[in-house]
Amino acid sequence: MENLIALLIAAPLLGAAVLLTGGRRLDRVGHWIGTLLSAASFVFGLILFVDLLGKNAEHRTLIKHLFSWVPVAGFQADATFRLDQLSMTFVLLITGVGSLIHLYSVGYMEHDERRRRFFGYLNLFLAAMLLLVLADNYLLLYVGWEGVGLASYLLIGFWQHKPSAATAAKKAFLVNRVGDMGLSIAIMLMFTTFGSFAFGPVLSHATQASEGKLTAIGLMLLLAACGKSAQVPLQSWLGDAMEGPTPVSALIHAATMVTAGVYLIVRSGAVFNAAPDAQLAVTVVGAVTLLFGAIVGCAKDDIKKALAGSTMSQIGYMVLAAGLGPIGYVFAIMHLVTHGFFKAGLFLGAGSVMHGMNDEVDMRKYGGLRTYMPVTFITFGLGYLAIIGFPGLSGFFSKDKIIEAAFAKGGTEGWILGGAALLGAAITAFYMTRVMLMTFFGEKRWQPDENGNEPHPHESPRVMRIPMIVLAVGSVFAGGLFSIGDRFLHWLEPVTGHSEGHSPVSAWTVTGATMVCLLVGVGIAWAQYGRKPVPAVAPRGSLLTRAARRDLLQDDFNHVVLVRGGEHLTRSLVYVDHTLVDGVVNGTAAGFGGLSGRLRRLQNGFARSYAVSMFGGAALLVAATLLMRAV
Amino acid sequence: MSTAAVHSLWTTAADPITKIPAPKIEYGQLSPTLIVLGAALVGVLIEAFLPRKSRYYAQVFVSVVALCAAFAAVVGLASDGYGTTKAHIAAMGAIAVDGPSLFLQGTILLAGLVGLFTFAERRLDPAAHGNRVDSFAAQAASVPGSDSEKAAVKAGFTTTEVFPLLLFAIAGMLVFPSANDLLTLFVALEVFSLPLYLMCALARRKRLMSQEAAVKYFLLGAFASAFTLFGIALLYGYAGSVSYARIAQVVDGTITNIDPALANTMGNDALLLLGSALIVMGLLFKVGAVPFHMWTPDVYQGAPTPVTGFMAAATKVAAFGALLRLLYVVLPGMRWDWRPVMWAVAIITMLGGAIVAITQTDIKRLLAYSSIAHAGFILAGVIATSKDGVSSVLFYLAGYSFVTIGAFAVVTLVRDAGGEATHLSKWAGLGRRSPLVAAVFAVFLLAFAGIPLTSGFAGKFAVFKAAADGGAAPLVVVGVISSAIAAFFYIRVIVLMFFSEPKPEGPTVAVPSPLTMAAIAVGVAVTLVLGVAPQYFLDLASQAGVFVR
Repeated sequence: MENLIALLIAAPLLGAAVLLTGGRRLDRVGHWIGTLLSAASFVFGLILFVDLLGKNAEHRTLIKHLFSWVPVAGFQADATFRLDQLSMTFVLLITGVGSLIHLYSVGYMEHDERRRRFFGYLNLFLAAMLLLVLADNYLLLYVGWEGVGLASYLLIGFWQHKPSAATAAKKAFLVNRVGDMGLSIAIMLMFTTFGSFAFGPVLSHATQASEGKLTAIGLMLLLAACGKSAQVPLQSWLGDAMEGPTPVSALIHAATMVTAGVYLIVRSGAVFNAAPDAQLAVTVVGAVTLLFGAIVGCAKDDIKKALAGSTMSQIGYMVLAAGLGPIGYVFAIMHLVTHGFFKAGLFLGAGSVMHGMNDEVDMRKYGGLRTYMPVTFITFGLGYLAIIGFPGLSGFFSKDKIIEAAFAKGGTEGWILGGAALLGAAITAFYMTRVMLMTFFGEKRWQPDENGNEPHPHESPRVMRIPMIVLAVGSVFAGGLFSIGDRFLHWLEPVTGHSEGHSPVSAWTVTGATMVCLLVGVGIAWAQYGRKPVPAVAPRGSLLTRAARRDLLQDDFNHVVLVRGGEHLTRSLVYVDHTLVDGVVNGTAAGFGGLSGRLRRLQNGFARSYAVSMFGGAALLVAATLLMRAV
Repeated sequence: MSTAAVHSLWTTAADPITKIPAPKIEYGQLSPTLIVLGAALVGVLIEAFLPRKSRYYAQVFVSVVALCAAFAAVVGLASDGYGTTKAHIAAMGAIAVDGPSLFLQGTILLAGLVGLFTFAERRLDPAAHGNRVDSFAAQAASVPGSDSEKAAVKAGFTTTEVFPLLLFAIAGMLVFPSANDLLTLFVALEVFSLPLYLMCALARRKRLMSQEAAVKYFLLGAFASAFTLFGIALLYGYAGSVSYARIAQVVDGTITNIDPALANTMGNDALLLLGSALIVMGLLFKVGAVPFHMWTPDVYQGAPTPVTGFMAAATKVAAFGALLRLLYVVLPGMRWDWRPVMWAVAIITMLGGAIVAITQTDIKRLLAYSSIAHAGFILAGVIATSKDGVSSVLFYLAGYSFVTIGAFAVVTLVRDAGGEATHLSKWAGLGRRSPLVAAVFAVFLLAFAGIPLTSGFAGKFAVFKAAADGGAAPLVVVGVISSAIAAFFYIRVIVLMFFSEPKPEGPTVAVPSPLTMAAIAVGVAVTLVLGVAPQYFLDLASQAGVFVR
């Protein structure tokens, strides 16, 4: 059974290798190879899942040791995989949703001449993400982490002929580097503290280390999570990443990449449990991001960017829950899974709309699409109901638990965090209703473009509709399936641990308050975008709206503080580099170069002088040997 | 002459005739060498009796089968435990069958097989008058530029004799690291050197340069052999025997029965020091250590590139094997004498190779100097004088030989009207024109430079670790510094290939037959496997790291 774990990663990796090196002869079948291998990985995942279910809760951990990489005394870098309930959950999400996105891309990328390459990258993305969640130590996790970074760079910049896409890819990569640095520092700290970076020793001995060190490790891990999961202050890449093809957005936002940060925090729970300050930082980051993303989502007219804001906000919920400690870990992961369903569905729906609208993304040029594309409307609508937390659907169960857990944190913190989460729920309801109304309701607002081509909205082909339908089903039922009878809690508890908090307010009060927030959000949106016609050109808007349209000035902030500051720093460093460092370096290089040129002349091509050199060498050798004895 | 001796001379006829016992030869344990030698003889017969047209196919077939069979024999012996528990000295004390022998023989055979693929390549040179030709001269005996050469080219001749020559060389190399007495060592040295001298002279293009290289190699090689032979004579005078075990006993002072005829010279340390220094010098010549390296660039450049690749890989493996056995089996008792000297040689070899390589402009010469620097790195492992030292050198040699053959195989692909385009300026922008070939070459260069995830890193790491544990930490520092210097010129080629504008009349990359492709693919695969998951092979080398005494 353990060998299947390696196959799980090998299948998409093989796909990536075959598709990226296979050349043009694979153009006609490449996309199916990629999809099949991804599906194969999902099937392996299912087999392992059934196997795990057949075991006792305590024995549901499979370890597969592949090989040791250069073992040295005290430094053990093993390629070992760990499959437990936590990684199993991720495996099913990654391969399941990932396979659906593969299938969808077959239709979406049909007219792209680089489709084979696209599928190669998608497979690479899955392989890297699987490596990340299956690694049994932080170093191997780091390999997957960087692999995800690479694959996201390649996919966001897939349409590299567009300068905006190339820039977005570069931005995502650079911002992620900042987070990666956090992870590498955390790993180094772990090594100096615990003498290892395997999960076993680090997590089981976490309590024995000093709190200061644990806080440092925790904060560095948080920095890493902020990068990959697009949390404040490293959130700026996520919106621009929409430059990638829409299936990529779905993959990044639902199944891979942004979930990595949450995984990292939950996996390292033992470290955070012993470092309350780091935990507090996690909750603050989560709470700030969930409001930040929600506000940005309210102001965007680009359908994908509105959804991107929503992702940021929902991941904020998860990070908040993960920061709450054992009362929140399970719910963070549960929300992650349900979010995987509905966010993938929403993105695929958005892609389907764009597909029918000549790649138009401005919602002000949509309107009334429900009659033109009914399947997209229904599946998108179900995803919408799920994300706002409509009673009975997936988002309702998972988000409600997080809000409850936030209040259960207790004290002033509990009230603040719970309040933020509630407010976030209201804003979520507002911006998602806005997206829904602007896209599918009201009058049609699209115009012929300058060439006189008017879009002809139409339903997408079946190969795109099937994944949307499957995901919609998941968005509806997953939450109930997990929550009723606390199935998910019992499944995950042995890994993450769980404790009930002491909420100052009862569960029913929280649910009631959430419902009120939801109604208020929907109501305001209806008043603004449902009752009145939507202007085709965006009004100037209030100061907050304008700021939110510019992503709450995040890029301006980065520019002023980091870019300008960085420029000054670099300029002075460049000066030092040119005068001092280069002086030394160039001097050394010139020295060696000159020496090389001079020594080279000894090699004059005459066998006689070579023989003399050998003779001299032999004489020296003999003399030195004799001399050694004499000394 | 004493009277007793005179008496015995006169009375010999009267003594009863004692039968000379037949030597006991363990044919099974010597089978790898015997298979290759037998196949080489078959190759000679093929040259004599088969029609010209079918010789090439017959030769390639026989050589491939022989090398595979010999490798199977090595694997069979190793799995029978001859590398570990059943290791012993065969053929009346002449040949050691033990872990290092079998490991190195396996490496040489595989490298020989891959090298054979590049020898057999016939798609790179344009067909001469409708005949497919390889990298070797149409008729070696014809004077370059003469009418007879033109006639041979027109008739579509090819020098298929290279295949038996290659097999003879491989057979010598198989014996060289397992030789257990000084005479066998010397015979093996000549058996593999002479075919190499010949093969160096056989280039189809630039024949004068090729012949010049061969003559230089031959002259200097003979010169070095003379030193070795002299050293052997002196050691015999010292120990009264050419057997490794016997000499080691004399060095250690554990010998009891002293031959009265040699009582005057036996145990004379001056003979020991002189003799061992001269033998070591001969071996250092073969591995290309400074200051005995000067043949390397000229010969590497002039020889046909497939020969260069094979020679650079397999000679190094065989010669380091012999050097290890000599220093670890015969001379461990005097390691306090040879270690400081070898320290000096290793240091100037590492630095010299790396520094002179910086200003090279020809890719083959560049690789030659790189091989000199690598000889220095391997010497660092040799100096460790520990079991780890042996196994790290074994591992290094295995990884290095495939990188080398692969790299030279890539060199054969980049061609212009004059044959291979070896001047570095012509490689500018190769990455734009032929990204795959350039990428593969970049992998080899990174392996040479010792970048992680390539076999070069794992090997260098093992060697330096052994050296540091063996008390040679300063050597490791020098090694790391020269690695840094060396990285400069390796990376410079990568930069040249990928970040320079291609020249308008640049070379083209020829599409080879599956033979060369296989050689390159094996090179890349071994480089990556030994870099990513070296543990299995490190364990293997570690198991094989004990010499039988």
